[in-house]
Amino acid sequence: MDWFPLLNSLRIAAISSVIVFFLGVAAAYYIARLPRLVKGVLDLVLTLPLVLPPTVVGYLLLCLLGPRRVIGAWVLENWGTKLVMQWWSAIFAVSVVIFPLMYRTARGAFESFDETLAAAGRTLGLSNTFIFWHIRMPLCRQGILAGAVLSFARALGEYGATSMIAGYTPGKTATISTEVYQLWRTGDDATALKWVLVNIAISAVVLLAVNLLERKEGRKKS
Amino acid sequence: MSLSVNIHKELDDFTLNVNFETAGDMMALLGASGCGKSMTLKCIAGLEKPDRGRIVLNDRVLYDSEKHINLPPQKRRVGYLFQQYALFPHMTVRENLETAVQRLPKERRKAPVDEKLRAFRLEGTDHLYPHQLSGGQQQRTALARVLLNEPECLLLDEPFSALDTYLKWQTELELGELLRPFMGDVLFVSHDRDEVYRLCSTVCVLADGKSEEKVTVRDLMAEPHTVSAALISGCKNFSRVKRIDATHVKCLDWGVTLETLQLVSNICNYAGVRAHSFHIAKSGEPNRFDARVVRVIDDTFSTILMLAPEGGTSLIRMEMPKNEWRAMRNPSVVLLGVAPEEVMTLSGEL
Repeated sequence: MDWFPLLNSLRIAAISSVIVFFLGVAAAYYIARLPRLVKGVLDLVLTLPLVLPPTVVGYLLLCLLGPRRVIGAWVLENWGTKLVMQWWSAIFAVSVVIFPLMYRTARGAFESFDETLAAAGRTLGLSNTFIFWHIRMPLCRQGILAGAVLSFARALGEYGATSMIAGYTPGKTATISTEVYQLWRTGDDATALKWVLVNIAISAVVLLAVNLLERKEGRKKS
Repeated sequence: MSLSVNIHKELDDFTLNVNFETAGDMMALLGASGCGKSMTLKCIAGLEKPDRGRIVLNDRVLYDSEKHINLPPQKRRVGYLFQQYALFPHMTVRENLETAVQRLPKERRKAPVDEKLRAFRLEGTDHLYPHQLSGGQQQRTALARVLLNEPECLLLDEPFSALDTYLKWQTELELGELLRPFMGDVLFVSHDRDEVYRLCSTVCVLADGKSEEKVTVRDLMAEPHTVSAALISGCKNFSRVKRIDATHVKCLDWGVTLETLQLVSNICNYAGVRAHSFHIAKSGEPNRFDARVVRVIDDTFSTILMLAPEGGTSLIRMEMPKNEWRAMRNPSVVLLGVAPEEVMTLSGEL
């Protein structure tokens, strides 16, 4: 069995999760401070990928990144590389799809944070950076970590947008999800089942991690 | 040493209009909950921005709307003791204190922290987390943390409200002791007149977001001039009045005319009498009138009578020692009296 799809899925999920972790946390932190109207609009736009079919996300991304489209053409001209049909193209697709998960959980964690603690820190002369990294983040850690693990799990399972923007090239852009579809399509049920079991195993471990984190948090609060 | 505050801020349900100046003492900001006390403190600390005004601490301008000065809380050197103490729950007592000396290089942080731990009797608890401490220890930790930052003035927001009644007294005594070495001004926010009476020298009453003139606590209790000051000082009985002359008012709600010792000013529109200032009168006394006993309530240490004065429309609350009431054998009408010096002539709205 060729293990490339597993490696590819893992590296796409890992890189996307790290990117989205920082973007999602930053967005959650700054958007909470905006005026109500702006907040509402941004909230809607940023959460939309959660409810849109991944194929719609894929379509919209192709409209931006395709070799004949604005960004895609510009990059092709200046760097001589296409943004689609590469193994890392899937990172764009996966990041957009999992962003709302990270953003929403981080925002939930920040909203339950007691702002008096930040206020106390400020009157004690602590910088906002210190307050963020030493007070806010540690106290919201469990919620944010759960969000990160959940987005990693979702990243592993992304199919629709990925298949549209990275396609399926064995040994190049194949991921577990696209591999399963390809194997089923070509009638190789036995290998498809193996990949299905691998996928279920990884996802189960990840979800177990989420549950453990949430239980720990519940205990801490009580 | 002085903190001068003059701020104006529109809020959802009222307008904050606060104006006072402390003068090197412990001043109380006294008012019912929701009257803008905490908001005033937040404006002084820089956590909220007033719409306009000026805040000056020891000749340093913290906020001036005209000159567009608005120092961030970090630069104000205003110590703020929060109602629930706001200790960082994921840090030990020692770590909590260390956050207040971040300005010092790492190797010089231990000494001042150790000194405060000793002075605040927290030595054995330095490795504990806030939730493992008693209420009093939490408060001492919070106060030690605030003082480690060497503030120029101190804001105490209802420091005893998070404690059980029975811990309060002990903590109150302690707080007085611990604050003694502090040289700056202290602003003490409370809704409890007894606390204020015991701890502070001067007081500024805040009613519906508006501050009244600063007075000494003794004056506030003995001779309040406004209805809100009388109310917050614990006065239970009020009647609208009509001025008759400089020493007589007609109490419209009680249907009686009372002689006063305080001169009745032209703006006087209310009279106030404390529940324990009423007594059972003998014939021939001034300010006596009949009142029907409507209800008798047995309180912890006294008996409370709800009385309907003849010809009046509102009830009078009177408190007397239990044995005195028992000796009277449940009369249905009593002859009520109040000494002229006990009648407070007030202005304002109830």
